[in-house]
Amino acid sequence: MTGPGDRFDAAEPLPPQPGHSSNGRLERVLRSGRFAVTAELNPPDSADPRDVYERAMVLSDVCDAINATDASGANVHMSSIGISALLARAGYASVMQVSCRDRNRIAIQGDVLGAAAMGVSNVLCLTGDGVQVGDQPDAKPVFDFDSISLLETLRQMRDQGKFLSGRTITSPPNIFLGAASNPFVPPLDFRPLRLAKKVAAGAQFIQTNYCFDMPVFERFMAKIRELGVHEHCFILVGVGPLASARAARWMRTNVPGIHIPDAVIARLEGAEDQKREGRKLCTELIQQIREIEGVAGVHVMAYRQEELVASIVEDSGVLRDRRLKAQAGEPRRRRERKATDESD
Amino acid sequence: MRVVRHWSVRHARGMMRVYRLVEAVLFLFRPIAKRIRGRALERPVAVIEHGVKGFLIDCTMCGQCALSHTGMSCPMNCPKSLRNGPCGGVRPDGNCVVKPEMRCVWVEAWAGAQAMTDPDDILAVQRPVDHTRIGSSSWLRVADEGASGTVWQRPDPEPERET
Repeated sequence: MTGPGDRFDAAEPLPPQPGHSSNGRLERVLRSGRFAVTAELNPPDSADPRDVYERAMVLSDVCDAINATDASGANVHMSSIGISALLARAGYASVMQVSCRDRNRIAIQGDVLGAAAMGVSNVLCLTGDGVQVGDQPDAKPVFDFDSISLLETLRQMRDQGKFLSGRTITSPPNIFLGAASNPFVPPLDFRPLRLAKKVAAGAQFIQTNYCFDMPVFERFMAKIRELGVHEHCFILVGVGPLASARAARWMRTNVPGIHIPDAVIARLEGAEDQKREGRKLCTELIQQIREIEGVAGVHVMAYRQEELVASIVEDSGVLRDRRLKAQAGEPRRRRERKATDESD
Repeated sequence: MRVVRHWSVRHARGMMRVYRLVEAVLFLFRPIAKRIRGRALERPVAVIEHGVKGFLIDCTMCGQCALSHTGMSCPMNCPKSLRNGPCGGVRPDGNCVVKPEMRCVWVEAWAGAQAMTDPDDILAVQRPVDHTRIGSSSWLRVADEGASGTVWQRPDPEPERET
């Protein structure tokens, strides 16, 4: 720690702000009560850093952190630690996803120290898809941790400065801890409690699976508010544009944990330009999600449609006025601004 | 034997009573259990345990039974060996994402937990599997250490709620 008499060393990272776990932008945006936007980067099948930067560029204007997936769907791509380190080097904030499928407790704890040393501030703790869903189903599934024991371990490393074994860490990682939640798959009434369990285990922010079913999500959030969980974590709701009714059907059958109601598919089918309709639907969902009490942001996953993310976020209006609806005095100020806009 | 396993979960309350009874009996044998643990005699105990629990719950002898916290549905039957709840991939019909023909063990566990005497036990965080214990007897462990040894102990537990 730097005391008042110490010389300032520009090479030395500053300690996090009081009450913060990390130095990251995502945590600062969320703690300041602003509506946050994160987006998922489609990881390249290449060793060229430019492929990462090209993909990050189209997302970076509209998001507070970029998710680096960890071989999602059990398919090999550039690693999340590699992508996160590249992003940090170029000044982008990342959310490093850590899955329990491929590495045991020794590897994961070491990777988190390495990642934090390279400037990673946010870690998303996931169990991960089974090896069977990927292109190498003959791989050994590790699952030494599950998402919740991983959260407990990383929190212990950060807050107690100790590995799982109890051995001391001389410089603990300053990381903001996240977890995933899928409110849309059975057992539905267990899902809010499972989220609460993750928060109790150390999750500070939550990124959910794709939300296409507002009634189910509203029931989920009602339970979350009843439990008071939203006061102890920041919930970012997963959204994304559907390219077509066919693509939606394919996702529903082939990607684990995706719930798309028939009505959504029917709406796409009935549209003249399905891609455009999918984009419009995504914008509308963001606007509806934002109205729900207890929601702190959105997480945009636009697999192979990353170029649409910026316009979707812009059109939704969430960045024009980042303050949460629940904050006092907000509607009046917005009306005033509108009035001046019109007079221009 | 999925049929028996599912029967066990459906009768979680009755199974829980038997479990508690076994636990109480095991506790009486504590001095003996302490002597046997980790020695040659543990082997026959483990074989009997595997026979009984293998029949009832498809036990895989992880050596750190958490059944009393998981609605009598064994989490080691989960292809991802999740010990803290269902993953986000559960199919709309409640079946496993990895084995589509199998019911998710955590969908079962959640249903079983509702019938348990303390349904909130399912919310306790379970420690990761201790691989040195695989194949050893959970009965002897419970007799020696008590049943809650698999639960994650945080260094600063929250103050006890007033009753």
